[in-house]
Amino acid sequence: MTLTAQETAPTTTDGREVLLEVQDLKVEFNIRGGVIKAVDGLTFDIKRGQTVGIIGESGCGKSVTARAILRMVPKPGRITGGRILYYRRPRHPKPGQPQDLQVIDLTTVDPDGELIRQIRGGEIAMIFQEPMSSLTPVYTAGTHINEAVSLHRLLPLKKLGDQMAETIMAYRHVTREEAREIAVQMLRRVGIPKPEQRVDSYPHQLSGGQRQRVMIAIALSTEPSMLIADEPTTALDVSIEAQILDIMRELQRTANMAIMFITHNLGVIASMAEEIVVMYMGKQVERAKVVDLFYNPKHPYTKALLQSVPRLGPKTGQRLASIEGMVPDPLNLPTGCVFHPRCPAFMPGKCDKIVPRWNQVGENHWARCLLYEE
Amino acid sequence: MSTSAPNGRIGETLLEVKGLKKYFPIQRGLLRRTVGYVKAVDDVSLYVREGETLGLVGESGCGKTTASRCIIRLYEPTAGQVLFKTRALSPDGSPQVVNLLELNREQMNRVREEIAMIFQDPINSLNPRMTVSDIIAEPMVIHGKYQKGVSEERIIELLRRVGLRPDHLRRYPHEFSGGQRQRIGIARALALNPRLVLCDEPVSALDVSIQAQTLNLLQDLQQEFKLSYIFVAHDLSVVQHISDRVAVMYVGKVVEMAGSEELYANPLHPYTEALLSAVPKPDPLYKSDRIIMQGDVADPSNPPKGCYFHPRCQYAIDLCRQKTPEFRELKPDHWVACHRAEELKLRGI
Repeated sequence: MTLTAQETAPTTTDGREVLLEVQDLKVEFNIRGGVIKAVDGLTFDIKRGQTVGIIGESGCGKSVTARAILRMVPKPGRITGGRILYYRRPRHPKPGQPQDLQVIDLTTVDPDGELIRQIRGGEIAMIFQEPMSSLTPVYTAGTHINEAVSLHRLLPLKKLGDQMAETIMAYRHVTREEAREIAVQMLRRVGIPKPEQRVDSYPHQLSGGQRQRVMIAIALSTEPSMLIADEPTTALDVSIEAQILDIMRELQRTANMAIMFITHNLGVIASMAEEIVVMYMGKQVERAKVVDLFYNPKHPYTKALLQSVPRLGPKTGQRLASIEGMVPDPLNLPTGCVFHPRCPAFMPGKCDKIVPRWNQVGENHWARCLLYEE
Repeated sequence: MSTSAPNGRIGETLLEVKGLKKYFPIQRGLLRRTVGYVKAVDDVSLYVREGETLGLVGESGCGKTTASRCIIRLYEPTAGQVLFKTRALSPDGSPQVVNLLELNREQMNRVREEIAMIFQDPINSLNPRMTVSDIIAEPMVIHGKYQKGVSEERIIELLRRVGLRPDHLRRYPHEFSGGQRQRIGIARALALNPRLVLCDEPVSALDVSIQAQTLNLLQDLQQEFKLSYIFVAHDLSVVQHISDRVAVMYVGKVVEMAGSEELYANPLHPYTEALLSAVPKPDPLYKSDRIIMQGDVADPSNPPKGCYFHPRCQYAIDLCRQKTPEFRELKPDHWVACHRAEELKLRGI
């Protein structure tokens, strides 16, 4: 599974080390009635300390991508192609564990094995959208606590401090007392009032916003190399959302943590990400630096998406530009470019016949569109 | 209060809510003794003109949904007045202003024909065992307006109007996408020709592109049928886009109300200012200088003394801790409940 132990990971021109490389990833769901290509040929990388945003509408494959990285794709889905290279440099190596950089292809790792458990939740942490539904009432304290906590569920019958300490101890060499101390510190950092007392409260005693902050505290308490945040603030109010984004930015600065930020909220992503991947129906349609994407979008879908959000400020037009039609049936995708039936720049005889390639359209800027092909 | 606006689309006051309160009792023990109240809506005053959209914004738990449900008496308000200009109660259909809270059951049912609702969740607000045609016909059946033939044509017309096809009539809700289901909900709301539609987070469950389609549809329908909307939402960008006027709620009270451009450009309440500054802007070059609100939203069962916002307000003075500010019209059509509204220079968008 471990491909090689090598000295250095690939670096970019600005000298930053690559942490995760996704190459031509394919995830398929074999269901009655056919095969859904949930992720179809996704390629991007994340450097240490960098935030990459993945945007798209529901069903575009952004959450499946996150789950593929952690090898948590729900059945009947499976990874059918591509590689996910993880350049591993453990922050808290256990005795006897190699300290050098390892390159691990996560697609070949046993999804229930020991290796992925070390990585998942510890080195690559994850925050899900809904703090409420992450609370699983059927879990009892005896159920695989480490696993549950590392998958970021709050256990209803356990005190927060104990839950956090379990996670911290699973990934860092600390005593229970030290782990508890870290838990209190983390709760303070995410803005929970009176953390010394809160650490002994149960999840149901917290508000939704506080619960989400606790989830973030748990995810970050292991000092992960990378955080996968899947719509982490969607269920929250703007004032709490702003607080949580601040916390994530600050921890990124202090711990050089990479963030894969999945959202459909263009306002949030504009302030968080350095690079953005736009997905539509499982396909990557555009990838660029955040400023290029917002100021010089190339793919008609990206353009339409940017125009369809209402913006604060002086009123300009009365109507929003909307994308015509609906998201197609994933079992019955359009021929050629999957976006062609809704595309304002549709070229008959071309877009419905030819599958567009991944074209470089500028420096660090790619788009999957026939407008940019000869 | 001004009752007409220069814009020809907007007419006279259709609905005026005065001092609306809704307290939910907290009951404890074997005898279910009432030990306190959750003041979900605590003195809400607002008005809506004909053909106008009033946005109602605030954070979760601020009472915006409860307030909108009190208007149509889905919840029985504890106190206050809901004055509505109805045509349903007079035999010749001439308008008269009545307090909805004083109507008996039969009268209220007649007035409900004129007030419809659109809900947030397009999945749970449609009965999964009814066809689209039955769902849209249901209000007509309940109000005794269903006539074979005539009503069927009307249902097809409504479906067309919201962008669905007549062959969708015999299908069930699960066969539709979220955006289409919300269109079914909108068609149902229009079935009885309402004059006021209470929209409770109608687009917050929808994807960006579908959200834009739905907002455009709501605006078209407003023009065509001269509807008034109360648009409850937490997304300030969406509310600004759709609303003529906006009311901001905090812990059960309306703290500010003004024309939407005025409110966003020149907020008078520190809470509005903080809320606006926290909205993420879809512009990577925008340098945020947002105001950090300390602490959490006040507990509506045990609110602080004085102004409910004072523990989080960076401008709070002693007066704010002692005395509840009055909701007053500081500028024409710009209402605010803040002791320091005259002196503060607040930042808008």
